[in-house]
Amino acid sequence: MASITIRGVKKNYAKTQVVHGVDLDFASGEFVVILGPSGCGKSTLLRMIAGLEDISDGTIAIDDTVVNKLEPRERGCAMVFQNYALYPHMSVAQNIGYSLKVSGVPSAERSQRIQAVARTLELEQLLDRKPMALSGGQRQRVAMGRAMIREPKVFLFDEPLSNLDAKLRVQMRSEIRKLHRRLNATSVFVTHDQVEAMTLADRLVVMNGGRVEQVGTPGEIYSRPASRFVATFVGAPAMNILEGTVELDGLSLLGGSRRLAMARAGLPVGTKVAMGIRPEAVRLVAPGTPGALSAAVDLVEELGAGRVIYVDLDGAPFSVMTSEAIHPEPGSTVGLKISPEDMHFFSSETGSRLDVFKASVSEPAL
Amino acid sequence: MVERTPFLNFFTHLILFVGFVFCVAPFVVVAIAASHNLKDVNDVPMSLLPGSDFWVNIKTAWTTADLGPKLLNSFIMAAGVAAGKVIISALTAFSIVYFRYPGRTLIFWLIFVTLMLPLEVRIVPTYAVVADVLSPYQAILDVTGISWLIEKVSGVRVSLSLGLLNSYTGLIMPLIATATGTFLYRQFFLTVPDELTEAARMDGAGPLRFFIDILLPLSRNNMAALGTIMFLWAWNQYLWPLLITTDQSHATAVTELKQLIPNVGGIPEWNIAMAGTLIVMLPPLIVVVAMQRWFVRGLIATEK
Repeated sequence: MASITIRGVKKNYAKTQVVHGVDLDFASGEFVVILGPSGCGKSTLLRMIAGLEDISDGTIAIDDTVVNKLEPRERGCAMVFQNYALYPHMSVAQNIGYSLKVSGVPSAERSQRIQAVARTLELEQLLDRKPMALSGGQRQRVAMGRAMIREPKVFLFDEPLSNLDAKLRVQMRSEIRKLHRRLNATSVFVTHDQVEAMTLADRLVVMNGGRVEQVGTPGEIYSRPASRFVATFVGAPAMNILEGTVELDGLSLLGGSRRLAMARAGLPVGTKVAMGIRPEAVRLVAPGTPGALSAAVDLVEELGAGRVIYVDLDGAPFSVMTSEAIHPEPGSTVGLKISPEDMHFFSSETGSRLDVFKASVSEPAL
Repeated sequence: MVERTPFLNFFTHLILFVGFVFCVAPFVVVAIAASHNLKDVNDVPMSLLPGSDFWVNIKTAWTTADLGPKLLNSFIMAAGVAAGKVIISALTAFSIVYFRYPGRTLIFWLIFVTLMLPLEVRIVPTYAVVADVLSPYQAILDVTGISWLIEKVSGVRVSLSLGLLNSYTGLIMPLIATATGTFLYRQFFLTVPDELTEAARMDGAGPLRFFIDILLPLSRNNMAALGTIMFLWAWNQYLWPLLITTDQSHATAVTELKQLIPNVGGIPEWNIAMAGTLIVMLPPLIVVVAMQRWFVRGLIATEK
């Protein structure tokens, strides 16, 4: 168990900077998920913690020891790779035990520890097989076993589930969670899959363009996204964004075709803002209900438990998720009702959250 | 696209068969000639029905050219070259692919350039070096005046000399120093996923450990292919062994075949010459048959 402290960490490749000064603290025993789109620097950050990439600037400390100059083996980290990276010529037992062999653990103790790890991961029947003869899920477990056997202070996962099929992914997800509960080692898990991130994380770090956008529990990130990027990236289907302009007594939306009456909250007239509403926060009502927006249905996506209704709101695409048994025909008109507490406001300029603004929404008249 | 029609099947098999006949016919003629007696082999045209003197001819060839020790010499040379190549090439390719150091590109191109300078082209300087391995160092000492200085100061004359003519080392070493193997390994190493290297680093394996435990076992097929090619190539070397083995005790089987070829005006014992040829061809044939499976795998496919 170990805490990780990241201070002002930057990464340059030749002239391009891919990580722009990251500060993070991971508590001992915490399960942290770093979430972001591809190319946001999340894997680079993980590899810098592991010691596979040089740190261009800043420091990374594990348990108060700055590890910038330490070799991967001296950092006490173990890593699970996206493509498993099992040694193809070694059996499962040899793969799991390789790190012990390298560090000179006697073979009797080694096989004992391999057995123990294999029992935990239900790999006992497969110990003599070569990785070639294993299924994706089994390979994944071997990769985890290889990380576990060293009893590392820190577990690093680099998108380990992205090569598995959907069903197996869900299963491995809960196994990883259970494993963490048992071993209680600090874990850093990198993914671009938000469902994976939400379900696994004690704490979630959302990254974009080499910067940390927000750090918080999955619940905080979902209900109070710190920026427009986080708002649209987390949640499926993505949050609806309507561009608007601040006016004297409210907000003009959709190029002036809709107005939201509310107090101005100190923002100068003419300020561009973006209003976000989660599809699942919109209620469908009969067209013409007072205070409801009317919109034309484009497409209905059936999800079984619910459905996503894509509508056209004066030219802007807008989606609504509902679990009610409503099946509007494409082309028909529906009414949409939005409560003020479900509205998120972001500055159009910086993308950051405008909380002052939200508090000032009284009963909106659309 | 693979198309299967009776006509195409027949046609492709015909092409294969013609190719097969072209390749095998010379060997069949050699084997038949080796089975004739002196009179039959000189008939024009020679009878293509096998004669009855095969074993007699083989025995004569064996004793005349003293093939026993010569085959052993050939084997030592070919095996030495193959083993040396497999080891040196693996090491050089490992260095070029996995390490970043100043001059890496320069060294890579220097190795590449040796591909354009086969032994035949640089045979005179190579001979000079093998005749006295230390002569370049002596030259350096002489030119810089160090040997003069040493002689003045200590009164000892510096004279370095180490000849490798008529030795296995001299036979083998110059044939090892070529680039083909390095490139074969390099291409293979480049296909080894980076994650494997990183996994080994996370497991705490240093570079040498990684090379021995992971890279070498993975390149088994490559080694087999390279070893086979180099064994055949070295076995068939003619010019170099001929040049540096003036002493019969280090002559190789291929150069000794010449002993069996009838001189102008001598007895035209072509049956004996052909029998000798068959004997000398046998070891490479055995190697190819034994290594074929690995050999083909190493050249065409990488294990997943």
